[in-house]
Amino acid sequence: MIAAGGPVIPNFGQGSACERSNGWFCTDWLHAHWGDTLQPALVQHVWLSALAVGIGFAIAFALALVGFRHRLFDAGIGALADFLYTIPSLALFQLLVPFTGLTVTTVEIALVSYTLLVLYRNMAEGLRGVPADVLEAARGMGLTRTQTFLRVELPLALPAILAGLRIATVSTISVATVAAFVIPEGLGAPIFIALDQNLFKTEIVAAGGLAVALALFADGLLVLGQRAATPWSRA
Amino acid sequence: MTVAEAFTPHTFLDAFGFIHHNASFLLQKTAEHLELSLAALAIALLLALPLGLWLGHRHRGLFLAVSVSSVGRALPSVALIAFGLTIFGVGFWNNTAALVVLAIPPILTNAYFAVDGVDADVVEAARGMGLSEWQILRRIELPLGLPLVVAGIRIAAIFVIATATIAAVAGGGGLGEIIVDQASYGLAGVIAGSLCVSALALLAALLLSLTLRALTPRQGPVS
Repeated sequence: MIAAGGPVIPNFGQGSACERSNGWFCTDWLHAHWGDTLQPALVQHVWLSALAVGIGFAIAFALALVGFRHRLFDAGIGALADFLYTIPSLALFQLLVPFTGLTVTTVEIALVSYTLLVLYRNMAEGLRGVPADVLEAARGMGLTRTQTFLRVELPLALPAILAGLRIATVSTISVATVAAFVIPEGLGAPIFIALDQNLFKTEIVAAGGLAVALALFADGLLVLGQRAATPWSRA
Repeated sequence: MTVAEAFTPHTFLDAFGFIHHNASFLLQKTAEHLELSLAALAIALLLALPLGLWLGHRHRGLFLAVSVSSVGRALPSVALIAFGLTIFGVGFWNNTAALVVLAIPPILTNAYFAVDGVDADVVEAARGMGLSEWQILRRIELPLGLPLVVAGIRIAAIFVIATATIAAVAGGGGLGEIIVDQASYGLAGVIAGSLCVSALALLAALLLSLTLRALTPRQGPVS
């Protein structure tokens, strides 16, 4: 349903008094449309974000494995990630559309690109930040290069890596709302529908609020994971 | 929205044609975009910079600085723009308000940590020399923390330019207006607008990076 032109008198159809007066928080609307609007959008949002962060993490990790030892490679990857990060999300989506169409692929390429900067930087800096005498001691104990990496460098870099993961996750959940410009999925979609239908406030507040809540919830989960994975950092 | 146009890599060539034929129009839209972004950035700087610097100087408000940054990162720009629209209606302020809200967290948090992280011994020495608190902030902490402050402004500028694009759905004008209106400008126009706004963001980031480099003290022996 698209609003008629001219001065618009809000008309929210057969809804309750709250809906007809375009209230900020119509609980009856939330009850009626949780199942058909908000919940599917939330689930899609979780998938869009999780997929992007997962792929981004894998790519950034592979790059960091090379980058933390080779300065030149590191500078190149850093500059490329910074370049991708700087391109406005809506523009990046549109620039990808001629190649990948109005698809999830387009959305994921853009979302993954935005995760790379933070993830790569934190991984490379974390791995590089391992003190030289610690590495010396590991070599003195007779650890091979792989053993040193897995048992010394990786655990010591873990706090930085997880800090990057937290930032990337929260930002991705936030940017994923822009995906609704390309595909009608995620929590941006109800917001766009509300924009189209005389600015239905409850829907905007509910979808926006859910996106923020999801981001903070994910952040909280990762903090717990961080504590569990690095018990020594609490001492 | 017309979906008739086929998406092919060829549209990129059409986009350059569009830029060539509509240069003055695109320039005007870029100026609009810049105006909205700079207004929001200026307001955010006025609000967040003094607060962040002062809190950092007093070493107070760590919780505020950290939570502002994580909540700020979680705020979805689309929701913020829509929210601004419901409160202020269509106009300059709905979008400016949303952009200011997005720009404040990185500026505030970076300013806080920039000043908070200055070597305590240096500050102590300055205090011992009889400098007032204001002089310490102005002449010791601010110069030493400046790279981090500028880094925060750089992040804010990137956010603001990106979100000003999305603001077009709420009558924000600027380059986003072309990008969200494929029916009027065609796919070539959409791509052209996207290229222009990307160039704008990259230029702004580059400018602030160069500023950052100029402000960062050289490592190594001083000649």
